[in-house]
Amino acid sequence: MKDSRTIRVDMLARVEGEGALDLEIRDGQVVSARLNIYEPPRFFEALLRGRACTEAPDITSRICGICPIAYQMSAVHAVEHALGLKVDGPLRALRRLAYCGEWLESHALHIVMLHAPDFLGYADAIQMARDHPDEVRAGLMLKKAGNEIMRVIGGREIHPVNVKVGGFYRVPSRAELAPLTGELMRARERAVQLLKWVSTFSFPDHERDYELVALRHPDEYPFNEGRIVASGGLDIAVSDYEDHFEERQSPHSTALRSVIKGRGAYLVGPLARYSLNFDRLPPPVQSLARAAGLGPTCRNPFRSILVRCVEAVYACDEALRLIEGYEPPPLPALAVIPGAGIGYGCTEAPRGICWHRYEIDDQGTLLAARIVPPTSQNQLSIEEDLRQIATRSLALPEDQLRAVCEHAIRNHDPCISCSAHFLRLTVHESADS
Amino acid sequence: MTGDILVIGVGNPDRADDGVGPLVVRQLPALPGVRALFRPADGCALIEDWADAGALILVDAASAASHPGRVHRIDLSCQPPPHTLRPSSTHALGVAEAIGLAQVIGCLPGRSVLYAIEGQCFGTGLPMTPEVAAAAPEVARRVAEEACSMRASA
Repeated sequence: MKDSRTIRVDMLARVEGEGALDLEIRDGQVVSARLNIYEPPRFFEALLRGRACTEAPDITSRICGICPIAYQMSAVHAVEHALGLKVDGPLRALRRLAYCGEWLESHALHIVMLHAPDFLGYADAIQMARDHPDEVRAGLMLKKAGNEIMRVIGGREIHPVNVKVGGFYRVPSRAELAPLTGELMRARERAVQLLKWVSTFSFPDHERDYELVALRHPDEYPFNEGRIVASGGLDIAVSDYEDHFEERQSPHSTALRSVIKGRGAYLVGPLARYSLNFDRLPPPVQSLARAAGLGPTCRNPFRSILVRCVEAVYACDEALRLIEGYEPPPLPALAVIPGAGIGYGCTEAPRGICWHRYEIDDQGTLLAARIVPPTSQNQLSIEEDLRQIATRSLALPEDQLRAVCEHAIRNHDPCISCSAHFLRLTVHESADS
Repeated sequence: MTGDILVIGVGNPDRADDGVGPLVVRQLPALPGVRALFRPADGCALIEDWADAGALILVDAASAASHPGRVHRIDLSCQPPPHTLRPSSTHALGVAEAIGLAQVIGCLPGRSVLYAIEGQCFGTGLPMTPEVAAAAPEVARRVAEEACSMRASA
């Protein structure tokens, strides 16, 4: 006698995008957990073909409204690599500052408005706000501080318009950056407050043996530059990504799935970045992380909210350091001389590494583009998380099982639109008699 | 009342009728003690914008579409906060969610009014519906009148 059970979540709340989750349960075991992405495929790689390489940052920023800087930075680095340009000094500092702003606003939104309600048993942030108004205000304040950095550096918060190949259309004066200092100091206090609050949450004991992948830089906690490293023993130049990573199509999704060749699924994002770069965090931030219950590595996806809090503190500190030391450059950008070439760029979006490859002709026209967003790289790991977590939760009533699965996905702060790719949950359960 | 009267035109001018909020704000005369802004529908940013305002007037397109250009004035101080919220995107809260959240955490100015103008078309790159565009000058006049009234009674 067959016994089937269907749990349907029409739209997963508190993630960006639309997709579906199918759980297949047989004899009390989750044999399959599949993320089915229903969003129309995003044709940005095709949109870039035939465009001037200087248009890449403006086009790719439209891939995402919450992480446009990530796409712009990966794009300009890839074009500059192809053209033999090296941005350094104050222009490099401004790019790093813009990224601080993006991490701050993205992490703050996710920590407070999207993820915290899961741990405290609230359906959403507005219900949580009735009991935790101070923390919600802190999150909003952090988001505003991050947005303000992006407005000053990028021209506006959403799809910044001031980023260009070689630098910026306009650089700020020290006087224009000065007002950010007070706001960032207050934001830092709020970020520490949130970290202490989040450290009181109850975290399921769920350690995963992920292969962690992130950028690693000789001196800095990574934003724009570094080599690609993996916890399983990889250390490669950004230009060698395709030799070690590949994307595979899946019949049930418009998003591609990434693997390390010969090894399988991997994880990018805050857990990977933190675990592979803890020694690059300033000692005061390391101390805060330890006080919150984190070690030098973290492989529990539920504790990713702690890591985002730590990174929010770091983003405030780094932004303050960059503003303190800023001297406006003589020119807002390096001269761009078109030329044929292939270039690679890889930067750390809030959700993990975002890798671009562009082929350019001698007129500066893009012949080919390849963009690998972070969320698509995480899909296989997210599915395995779901399989394991759902397996432990099968005895729960349907609504609680659904909530557990949604929480497991939100641990990774997925950006489904970037991956082309939230959430209907269908559980197919059968038992052989 | 401390703080300026803040008028915010919410919307995206590149999405047809969604641009009517910013259009209304552009047509406002300069008024002492009144600050006017354009903003996209990013609820978190809106909450921070109005946090220190003495009073608030929001102007936004509504998607009801039964009568394009019809104007609704909603006194937000009389509206209870929603029981829950289901934002259409988790990258940003919408205006309704922002109002509800602000009511719950106590950062909606004591005098807050929303002018919602029914829109019909919200397609990217398309022109504003004529009836919606035609409503903007009258809404700007009413908003200016309301702002002056708020100042006078402060």
